Amino acid sequence: MDSIQKGSSALQVDLHPPLDRRDALVESERCFFCHDAPCLTACPTDIDIPLFIRQIRSDNPQSAARTIFSENILGGMCARVCPTETLCEQACVRQDEGAPVRIGLLQRYATDHFMESGEHPVERSEDTGKKVAVVGAGPAGMSCAHRLASHGHQVTLFDAKEKPGGLNEFGIASYKSPQNFAQREVEFVLDIGGIYLQLGVRVGADISIQKLSDEYQAVFFAAGLGDVNALSIPGIELKGVRDAVAFIEELRQCEDYEKMKVGERVAVIGGGMTAIDAAVQAKMLGAREVTVLYRGGQEKMKASVFEQELAQKHGVKLSFGVSPEAVVGDSGKVMGIQIKRDMDGKSEREELVVDSLLVAIGQRLHSELGEQLKQQGLDLSAGKINIDSDGRCVGSHFWAGGDCANGGEDLTVTAVQQGKVAAESIHAALTAQES
Amino acid sequence: MANLSSEFVGIKSPNPFWLASAPPTDKAYNVCRAFEAGWGGVVWKTLGAEGPPVVNVNGPRYGAMYAGDRRLIGFNNIELITDRSLQINLDEMRQVKRDWPDRALVASLMVPCEEQAWKDILVAVEDTGADGVELNFGCPHGMAERGMGSAVGQVPEYIEMVSRWCKKYTDMPVIVKLTPNITDVRFPARAAKAGGADAVSLINTINSIISVNLDRMAPEPMIDGYGAHGGYCGPAVKPIALNMVAEIARDPETADLPVSGIGGITTWRDAAEFLALGAGNVQVCTAAMTYGFKIIDELTSGLSQWMDDSGYTSISEFSGKAVKKAVDWQDLNLNYVTKAVIDQDSCIKCGRCHIACEDTSHQAITQSKNGERHFEVIDKECVGCNLCVTVCPVESCISMVEMESGSDPRTGLKIDRNYANWTTHPNNPSRVESTS
Ligand SMILES: Cc1cc2nc3c(=O)[nH]c(=O)nc-3n(C[C@H](O)[C@H](O)[C@H](O)COP(=O)(O)OP(=O)(O)OC[C@H]3O[C@@H](n4cnc5c(N)ncnc54)[C@H](O)[C@@H]3O)c2cc1C
Ligand SMILES: Cc1cc2nc3c(=O)[nH]c(=O)nc-3n(C[C@H](O)[C@H](O)[C@H](O)COP(=O)(O)O)c2cc1C
Ligand code: SF4
Repeated sequence: MDSIQKGSSALQVDLHPPLDRRDALVESERCFFCHDAPCLTACPTDIDIPLFIRQIRSDNPQSAARTIFSENILGGMCARVCPTETLCEQACVRQDEGAPVRIGLLQRYATDHFMESGEHPVERSEDTGKKVAVVGAGPAGMSCAHRLASHGHQVTLFDAKEKPGGLNEFGIASYKSPQNFAQREVEFVLDIGGIYLQLGVRVGADISIQKLSDEYQAVFFAAGLGDVNALSIPGIELKGVRDAVAFIEELRQCEDYEKMKVGERVAVIGGGMTAIDAAVQAKMLGAREVTVLYRGGQEKMKASVFEQELAQKHGVKLSFGVSPEAVVGDSGKVMGIQIKRDMDGKSEREELVVDSLLVAIGQRLHSELGEQLKQQGLDLSAGKINIDSDGRCVGSHFWAGGDCANGGEDLTVTAVQQGKVAAESIHAALTAQES
Repeated sequence: MANLSSEFVGIKSPNPFWLASAPPTDKAYNVCRAFEAGWGGVVWKTLGAEGPPVVNVNGPRYGAMYAGDRRLIGFNNIELITDRSLQINLDEMRQVKRDWPDRALVASLMVPCEEQAWKDILVAVEDTGADGVELNFGCPHGMAERGMGSAVGQVPEYIEMVSRWCKKYTDMPVIVKLTPNITDVRFPARAAKAGGADAVSLINTINSIISVNLDRMAPEPMIDGYGAHGGYCGPAVKPIALNMVAEIARDPETADLPVSGIGGITTWRDAAEFLALGAGNVQVCTAAMTYGFKIIDELTSGLSQWMDDSGYTSISEFSGKAVKKAVDWQDLNLNYVTKAVIDQDSCIKCGRCHIACEDTSHQAITQSKNGERHFEVIDKECVGCNLCVTVCPVESCISMVEMESGSDPRTGLKIDRNYANWTTHPNNPSRVESTS
């Protein structure tokens, strides 16, 4: 942790300040240029990490960025949001000495440098005249669209929202991607040409899946997880109780943090990245007390140790082994929450005084879309689309990837990889049709 | 506590660390600061003959080579000898020697190759009370084009002649500073000795172009769009300097000629290595110019600590102690067999040893075992070259272990504990009979 910024201004300050040229040269020197490097294997998008670090080391960040973008066109966002402590940096052979090479920050240094240059790293092949529909302009959709466009295909990229980017724009914690980076990155991706953005179009409502299937030679679903899991306890309908994802979305779109109402005493229910992000941002917005209530023990928490520490450093209290039983209120407004605390085999009940409650117990595929996909013959399990290793939907002629599909963790970088893999599979299929 | 005091060709100093003739010794101001910091002596910045002094360029005169963290490892300059008048320098030297009688003060000299010129300057220097003179036959740029510096140092006959003149006109000890820009350093050293010089000092800087500016398409440092070759020094030149010092120390003709070791000395260990290879004292320039005079504390405390730890009480006890071990290749024992051994506990599995040996050498290191990343030496293939040790990022993880018995699985030959070198080897067409 570099330094702790507090207050709402912290929402627009990078959690990890970027490296300047000198820092990057020094840090890159620490890389051993391992043979068959473990970090490379650990990166879900297969970025050639030792190579790009060596390029930085030789003061050539532009080529370093090309190395990164050739595998991961959203390398800029991934450098900001990847939990590197559980991915590449965890695999670094210098992890054991307690100081892995700071791969994420080096990646950011190279990609920032490149994006400032105004160039585009990939040249689009000659137009093939083939049309592909991509549903969802989040990381999975953008990655797929970009790769398809690079092969010369014409991509129509649909998104139900008025702004592209998916959770990069609406979900990622503000301090991980400040200064409107998500939109700058969308523009960067679209610079390749051949991608037609259709905003405000909900597939399944504004345009039918059948129509897409008829009009496009291939369809890729990257609709993310549109619904949130509901907590069914008494009092959940009270005013002041809200879904954490919606809270973060409002925050990410907010122009004036003074106007955001967060409450004085906030409880967040959940144990994942979303719960932590919501808690830390609530604290930055000015909440006096923020407590994360998690059902399981600390070791079970999905949020990494790094994220747990981040929360604690910001004064967020983490409470383990607590189950919410009922929300209590007065005149329709939340006043507190009744919880059961399990400790050493004993259970205790108590009531926490809160004026705001955020629920972050997981998301799932938008139910309506799910139903429609089933009707198209898609195979769903655990509320997600089943795909094969090429991103093809089991039992149909569609492709899918990202959070809405099974396989891999729900991370930006996984979404990028699945989009890329599906694009290659689509490209192979379209090319095969030809010959 | 070890005694660091030094006596070199009769010149006494409280420690063996002198500042080499260069900007750190160009003025009384710098030299006094050096003495306050604790330096044992200085070789004053090279003086020229009476008359208008040389002029330096008015733009960048230095260039550098860096390691990744911008640590300076190589240094290059196009500076000339002192650009201040002879009289000012002489006056300052006189005053400084008076104020610091226990420190060594040696004058570096470079005048045209004429007997009278050398005579004049020697008389003037002797009058200041300086402890000795160093003849700068080394500077590779600027002065050489005027028939001085390395232009003299590259012709042994000139070295001998000028040394002889100097010994004729002064009683001060005469040290001849050698240029490394020659093919065999033993010839100029022998010439200095033949001319009666008391000692040699080496190395001066190496001819070099430090870098090329690819935007302007010109060598650096650039003066108005053009660059000239300059003199290279600093940590990068140490191996070259060490070899040259050793060459002189082990040459029977110059074995007894005192040597002042110079070139890339940055830490006490560098200094100890020069001393071990036969230097009687050492001189430092780049390290001081990079970090300031305070490094003298690290140099003296480090040397003293190491001497205490090793049981040496004075410098003369270990000076030259490694000279006998510096031999020719043909004298190395070909019956000595080692194999690399990787300590699995400290191995971090970076794979560098494997890829180095696999791609560029002897295919003697595995990369996996039962499907897991695993690096292990295959004795049957290992030639014992030490490449893996040099590329391994973990200190002491790979070691070279001598085979003391059995047979070498690579050659199938039985380990022979007797010494045998190339001169008697059966593959040597001009072998001689073994005497052992
Ligand atoms: C609060 C929060 C914080 C997170 N923090 C991190 C983090 O720090 N690091 C990390 O790696 N991951 C993080 N994640 C996870 C990461 O954001 C997701 O894994 C990733 O965004 C998934 O990408 P996607 O393209 O599959 O889906 P999304 O980003 O969800 O994009 C889906 C897009 O599809 C559109 N869409 C949905 N339905 C339709 C439809 N019917 N028609 C047209 N468009 C539609 C949506 O509007 C949306 O734009 C976080 C997630 C959340 C919720
Ligand atoms: C800027 C600069 C100027 C130098 N000027 C002289 C000089 O005037 N006379 C001389 O004998 N050597 C001169 N030298 C050479 C040094 O005395 C010394 O021999 C050389 O730098 C190697 O030592 P080092 O690696 O410790 O720097 C100069 C070196 C530098 C860097
Ligand atoms: S010593 Fe040389 S040959 Fe032997 S394993 Fe190491 S690199 Fe290979």
